[in-house]
Amino acid sequence: MQKYSIFSLIRNAFSNHQNWDVVWRDPVPKKEYDAIIIGGGGHGLATAYYLAKEHKINNVAILEKGWIGGGNVGRNTTILRSNYMWDANGLFYEHGMKLWENLSQELNYNVMYSPRGIINLAHSDAQLNTYARRGNSMRLNGIDAVMLGREELKKIIPFADFSESARFPIFGALMQPRGGTARHDAVAWGYARQADAMGVDIIQHCEVTGFDVSNGKIQGVQTTRGNIKSKKVGLCVAGSTSLLAEKLNMKLPIEAHVLQACVSEPVKPFLDHVVTFGAGHFYCSQSDKGEMVMGGDLDGYNSYAQRGNLPTLQHVLSEGVAMFPNLSRLKMLRTWGGIMDMSMDGSPVIDKSHIDGLYLNFGWCYGGFKATPVSGWTFAHTIAQDRPHKLNEKFKLNRFNTGHLIDEKGVGTKTWIG
Amino acid sequence: MLEIKCPYCGNRSQNEFSYGGDATVKRPSLGKEVSDKEWDDFVYFRKNPRGKHSEFWHHVAGCRQWFKVSRNTATHEIFKTSKINEEI
Repeated sequence: MQKYSIFSLIRNAFSNHQNWDVVWRDPVPKKEYDAIIIGGGGHGLATAYYLAKEHKINNVAILEKGWIGGGNVGRNTTILRSNYMWDANGLFYEHGMKLWENLSQELNYNVMYSPRGIINLAHSDAQLNTYARRGNSMRLNGIDAVMLGREELKKIIPFADFSESARFPIFGALMQPRGGTARHDAVAWGYARQADAMGVDIIQHCEVTGFDVSNGKIQGVQTTRGNIKSKKVGLCVAGSTSLLAEKLNMKLPIEAHVLQACVSEPVKPFLDHVVTFGAGHFYCSQSDKGEMVMGGDLDGYNSYAQRGNLPTLQHVLSEGVAMFPNLSRLKMLRTWGGIMDMSMDGSPVIDKSHIDGLYLNFGWCYGGFKATPVSGWTFAHTIAQDRPHKLNEKFKLNRFNTGHLIDEKGVGTKTWIG
Repeated sequence: MLEIKCPYCGNRSQNEFSYGGDATVKRPSLGKEVSDKEWDDFVYFRKNPRGKHSEFWHHVAGCRQWFKVSRNTATHEIFKTSKINEEI
């Protein structure tokens, strides 16, 4: 594999950038693999990468129905954070933050990791108290958290509505300084390139149509490009999880919902952080191109359509305008939607299944992107060792039977109730 | 925007409604011995189909009645709506 550096950039400039290697191969599927990952999104690519790198399982196929970078990994608002209160979430996502910090070097691919800080605004004393509690829990788990007062906030986000007439006055905020953003498609491409270089076959336009199971053990999968055998199969398909689970006669504790995001026309830099609105559900950051990247609530009803509806967008943006009044003058450039695998307690599942050799990774709700490295890292461990890692042992499927829910926000699929 | 036909008020804009989820889920009957699994299935587990889906909606900013909608989750086409006690 060609190493990317300033020298290779200069060298290739002399040939008008016509001689770069292809970034990953387009292999024909083999008859059998040591492991198959269904779903070539961020989590699937990261899983295959860590299977090869950490567990030396290189004979791996990633089966992707569409193309690399075309699903939720290219549809999110690119936010990274580990500002969770419960240990199960905090420790898991914090391990992810540590992976993010070195990802560009590790992948030799610039993922544009930008730890610009994520600010959760509080709009009442009570909210400030709950944020302080969460901040303290985070610090006990070794995660960075600071409380900001109104005066400090005026200095770092001067365009927020600090007026006396604000419907939701800003009381203060919880900030995770190491939170931030990364370029999402670079994450997909970077993982794909390295996984491919270690022997992983990335097979695009290959839809899984069924599973071969005998005696309670997985034997392989049926696809639109023929049957492929494997004793280990990992399901990593986010919004499509229920559709594949149905082929195994499994019902899962998730609903598919569409979540929209949008970007404005590019403007000069005016927002240096990721900011979330505390009196509703709205978050925004400014991309390097100058666009405001914004998102908020689900549309609110089961949906497999990768596009949303205007009432939700209007609702979300009205919250944005309440927070930053000057957003009202911006034109929207693009809006889009992605299908979220909304779990019933708002937390993911990374676990074995009742079928030997079949592993599950789903339920990412709004927050799949930030989990990309750590989800892949722990899922690879779960597949390679046939048992969960300590970091994901609480993300069990049977927690919905035993009652050990990880209800960080107390909302599941019906997030608008919370 | 969805236009939903409330069985009581007729066609109204989506803005007047809120969503109540899968209408095929049956609450275990009262007074009967119920296994943990039956409860878990009722509370958490869903078919979550791509395509035809029977669901509850609430005309919350209208007549405040709950009713059922049969809708395609991939195209958002609404096939039929009915009162809560009617089959859909």
